[in-house]
Amino acid sequence: MLIQQLTNGIAIGSVYALISLGLTMVYGILRILHVAHAGIYALGAYIGWFTFRFVGEFWLSLFVGMAGSALAGYLVERFLYSPLLHLPRIAPLIVSIGLFIAMEEAFRIVAGPHTLTYNAQVGIGNLSLGSFQLTETQLLILAVTFVILVVLWTVLSRTRTGLAMRACAMDAEIASSFGVNVNGIVAVNFLLGSAMAGAAGVLIGVYDNQVWPTMGSIPAYKALAIVVLGGLGSIPGTVLASLIVGLAETFFIGVLAIPFPRDAVAFVAMILVLMFRPYGLLGKA
Amino acid sequence: MISGYLVTILITVTLYAMLAHSLNIITGRAGQISLGHAAFFGIGAYITALLYTEAGFPFGLSVLLAGLGAGLIGALLGIPCLRVRDDFLAITTMGINFVVEAVFLYIPFFGGAMGIGGINLPKWLGREMTKPEYFLLILAVFLLLLLLDRKLDRSWIGLAWASIREDEQAAEAMGVDVVRFKVIAFSLGSAIAGLAGGFYAHFLTFIMPQNFGFGQSIVILCMVVFGGIGTRWGPVLGALVLGILPEISRPIMEYRTLLYGLLLLAMMRFQPGGLLGEESILTKFFRRMWTPLRKSHPA
Repeated sequence: MLIQQLTNGIAIGSVYALISLGLTMVYGILRILHVAHAGIYALGAYIGWFTFRFVGEFWLSLFVGMAGSALAGYLVERFLYSPLLHLPRIAPLIVSIGLFIAMEEAFRIVAGPHTLTYNAQVGIGNLSLGSFQLTETQLLILAVTFVILVVLWTVLSRTRTGLAMRACAMDAEIASSFGVNVNGIVAVNFLLGSAMAGAAGVLIGVYDNQVWPTMGSIPAYKALAIVVLGGLGSIPGTVLASLIVGLAETFFIGVLAIPFPRDAVAFVAMILVLMFRPYGLLGKA
Repeated sequence: MISGYLVTILITVTLYAMLAHSLNIITGRAGQISLGHAAFFGIGAYITALLYTEAGFPFGLSVLLAGLGAGLIGALLGIPCLRVRDDFLAITTMGINFVVEAVFLYIPFFGGAMGIGGINLPKWLGREMTKPEYFLLILAVFLLLLLLDRKLDRSWIGLAWASIREDEQAAEAMGVDVVRFKVIAFSLGSAIAGLAGGFYAHFLTFIMPQNFGFGQSIVILCMVVFGGIGTRWGPVLGALVLGILPEISRPIMEYRTLLYGLLLLAMMRFQPGGLLGEESILTKFFRRMWTPLRKSHPA
């Protein structure tokens, strides 16, 4: 029972991590609160769903969803954020909110207000060890997240692009003076971050077996709470915070049955942590 | 006699203008982004509702205490909040909004999901105030608040806020007590939001937690930024435009939220200072109209 809840919590936390990582990467480099990131997440789910409907192949739909989200994220950066970077930070924030509202409405108008079922057969099968059960979709989430995190970690720590990304996150101006193509690195950040959000969208679509227009609403603010909890811009902090929130939600609501709104857990955790560590768990001043 | 529908819109827009104005004190004047302003709107509304229905306080006192109470809670929450900066503050205030909404929703004392009902319009001249009269009352209060804003803007408090907004570290180096003035801005903005909440509760006659959620905070913030953050009339204009927009776009119901989002996006992308901002088309237009007039009458 306890291990079961632990697994559920980690699975949920993994999806949170996929969504929040893009957000923290964008913040780390541009200092923008990218609310529309949750719109990109829902877009990924929709693109994946359409692909799956017409092709019927899950892995292809995951890939197309990721690619579509990556492209959308890149376009948002190129045409909406980059002209606004010299302004007070509230301007890109409001643009982001406006875009997010518009995206949700666009999904509703294009694909209809009802939920669509994303009944993909992945072909892994359930895993059961005695009383311990891992459903196919949980296994899928854990595996995909693991692969993506390993890829991200490799890119960041083993490649020249990754080095440039870390340099830009520390100080874009100085990185630029050392010959780093900052605009290119910003684009890479958006492409990677948005692809991860798209993957999260597809995974949640399959996990819950539904895709709906406002599926991004709750992740929109929960992911913000998570990145702040972890320390804005800190990648390990974000992964840690995602797992903590995923586990806390499952335990407080599932095990202890406290009558408390599940979606406020992330915020309570965040406020408590900020009182003692104003820059989040692993953030730096 | 103006129709009931029109009066309802007028009251709603005035209350939004009051809310936008109060957020402008925190975000525009003192430069502290708040994403949870509806929490204080809600705190005011719930204080009024409870005092009026449970404790039998009269209208005026219940609304006044709503303002004071929201201001006090704003100050209390403001002190730890202001330990964190910039974007951390934005997300923390957003968190406060969710927690406050959850408290209203899950603690039976606050009526839960059903909210609190039986709050009436105030009595006046031995009868219940009519809606047009109530509108004039709110409008009068709002104009007084704008007058206060004008006074504050030109006082040392206004100067201190401007210095914090422009460069917090420089302000601190010059001896401005940054935390104190931030808390003043936070509690004053919260108090006015609470006052608006009090008026709102008596107008709507029943309140629910959902009226004071994060979405509402975003609506208020959008009004401020849309009209022109940090200007006196910008938030009022923003409230007017964005408050009326849903009403006049009823014929295109299906697309109005889409339109709302796109409008915000386009506005910020091409006129980031807002309608009445320093560099906006509207401001430049007025200035151009004004300059020849002044030149033709040399003082």
